[in-house]
Amino acid sequence: MADTHRPPEQFKLRLRRYDPESRQPPYWDEHEVKLEPHRSVLEGILQAKASFDGSIGIRCSCRAAICGSCGVRINGEPHLACHTHLDEARRLSADGVIEVEPMGNMPVIKDLIVDMDAVHWKKIQRVTPWLIAKQPVPEREYIVERESMVDITQTMACIQCGACVSDCLAMEVDPGFVGPAALAKAYRFVGDPRDDAHFERLNDLSEDPQGIYDCTHCFKCVQACPKDVNPMGQIMRLRRIAGSDHHIEDDNNGHRHEAAFVTLIRDYGLLHEAELLPRSYGGNSWLGKFHPNAGLELLRSSRVAALGILRGKMNLKTALLGHKLAKPDLQAIKRIYQRVEGAEKRRELNLYITGTDEDDGPTAGSAGSSDGASAAAAAESAAQPSPQSAVSPEGSIDL
Amino acid sequence: MKVAYWPGCVSRGFTPELHGAVAKVAPLLDIELVELDRASCCGAGVIAEHNQELADTLNARTFALAQEVQGADLMMNICSTCQGAMSECQERLDADAHYRAQVNETLSSEGLSYEKDPARPFTNKNFLWMLVEDIGLAKLRSLVKRPLSNLKVGPFYGCYIVRPRRRLQIDFDHPRDHYLEQVIEALGGTVIEYAGVRKCCGFPIITMNKEASLRQAGTHLGDAADADADCLVTPCPLCHLNLDMQQPIAEKVVGRELRVPVLHLPQLVGLALGLEPRELGMNRHIVRPTSVIDWSTAVVAGAGA
Repeated sequence: MADTHRPPEQFKLRLRRYDPESRQPPYWDEHEVKLEPHRSVLEGILQAKASFDGSIGIRCSCRAAICGSCGVRINGEPHLACHTHLDEARRLSADGVIEVEPMGNMPVIKDLIVDMDAVHWKKIQRVTPWLIAKQPVPEREYIVERESMVDITQTMACIQCGACVSDCLAMEVDPGFVGPAALAKAYRFVGDPRDDAHFERLNDLSEDPQGIYDCTHCFKCVQACPKDVNPMGQIMRLRRIAGSDHHIEDDNNGHRHEAAFVTLIRDYGLLHEAELLPRSYGGNSWLGKFHPNAGLELLRSSRVAALGILRGKMNLKTALLGHKLAKPDLQAIKRIYQRVEGAEKRRELNLYITGTDEDDGPTAGSAGSSDGASAAAAAESAAQPSPQSAVSPEGSIDL
Repeated sequence: MKVAYWPGCVSRGFTPELHGAVAKVAPLLDIELVELDRASCCGAGVIAEHNQELADTLNARTFALAQEVQGADLMMNICSTCQGAMSECQERLDADAHYRAQVNETLSSEGLSYEKDPARPFTNKNFLWMLVEDIGLAKLRSLVKRPLSNLKVGPFYGCYIVRPRRRLQIDFDHPRDHYLEQVIEALGGTVIEYAGVRKCCGFPIITMNKEASLRQAGTHLGDAADADADCLVTPCPLCHLNLDMQQPIAEKVVGRELRVPVLHLPQLVGLALGLEPRELGMNRHIVRPTSVIDWSTAVVAGAGA
């Protein structure tokens, strides 16, 4: 909790100003405000607007991190202006001046206000953001498993602020990418047992070259989200369900790449890069490289590959045969695969919901037990496999 | 200090010069490497995408193997992607004793178990973090034989080692997302600031959307070139694949000549510690690090005169 009893201090703000209608280029504008250190950057901006320059453009409403209106970049990172303390922002600034810019990946309407309709809301609409109800619709409420609804509360926590969209690095080079917020929204329905279009949704987003397989796994959205929605994590779940449960073989090599990677680690223990590429294009077997798509890609990369071998970057033996673990270790890896992949249900631990042992005493074993005790308990049950340990931990989610 | 050393896959596959450079540099820094040659791939996020428990179990096995190394202070990796993927698995394993017990049960047939001991938390650190936190910048500075004076180096971190901050324990007291700059400066080099320092190289989507993937690599390389960088340095071999190996193709995607050499972090350290570019495998890159090699020859010639 922030200390709310400190006296007001001076804070310098550097605001990015831009009015497209003025035909003038953007510029920086500095103001000094006086507020208690725990006050928000938004309050700082509003004081500057009230005291010095009424023309500063900023969108805000609730001032309590729930309406999602005041998304901006503070010191280069996306945040809610109302959810960032002035002292913290100053501490993380490069030169003691809190720098505030409009969010990225969206056109600026004025100063710190971006056009959410042009990008964010279009993308949300793209994923059919409503329930397509299973028929027949019951006369009263649907009865569903409690766990299935708990699971999607994480994506329901989204306040549509656009912070993840602002800094999405895939969108930066490929503006058509459906993007983190919309794909998290897609999971909200794919994870909802009342929805009747799971396959159609997943097939659509797998086959779209700018769909789930266009995410570049950069964690920007995970870091940006003020509500811990973990959009990238939701995209990975969409991929998992599309590939493993609905067996969707997309034309973007998305599922083939994943399948090839997983198979190669089972068979070699280590990644065999030269085999991964052709299999991702041509299909997940040794024969994959003879598929026309793989041939075409190999031809495209032939110059780089030849140069690599010439420079001794890869020797021919590693390039062709790959590297492998010793036999006993490979057998151990295979046993892990058999046991985990052979389980009746796929296990997924979502810390957003389960929390950690420290926060959530009962899941750590006996309530009030210290961490050391639960670690010891864990070691004990590992040494003596008991039927209980095969039961999923309370609160964890089996998908 | 003694470390359980996880070299990763790519450093022994398509970027063998990285593994080689670490072997040369470690003794100079008093790091004793005990290689985890029985451990498997970390999954690079892709196995977790397929099945989270599978990735967690494979990495728990690696952690257990590291915990068995007698006298090791910690586990060291040399790949941003390994760091991020393994930290994610460790976070789940450490968070829930029941889950950990189940994973350990899978490992038990091999007699292995990953133990969480609050008194001695299991630590898996990238070479970059070790340089700053365990070896220390002062010591590093004192070991420099050939300061990188006038060498303009652009840092390139790799996403997995800078985000998310909480999981990677990046905070005001541990600005791990600024360590590359600190190391470059300690080695006597000049840090080049450009837009792509903490952005994505594009590698994860190279087979899915090659155009978008190489547009990322090409844009960052171009930005660094425009900022007058002699070279980039990265702690991630996967970034190296997209930035160096694919650079000729990235040039076509962004429609400009780039020719930006990309060094692995241990190569840059080795160079400053007096090793020769060839010993560090710098002749094995796709983009010849001519500017860097010319620079090192000039320094040697200057010292002799």
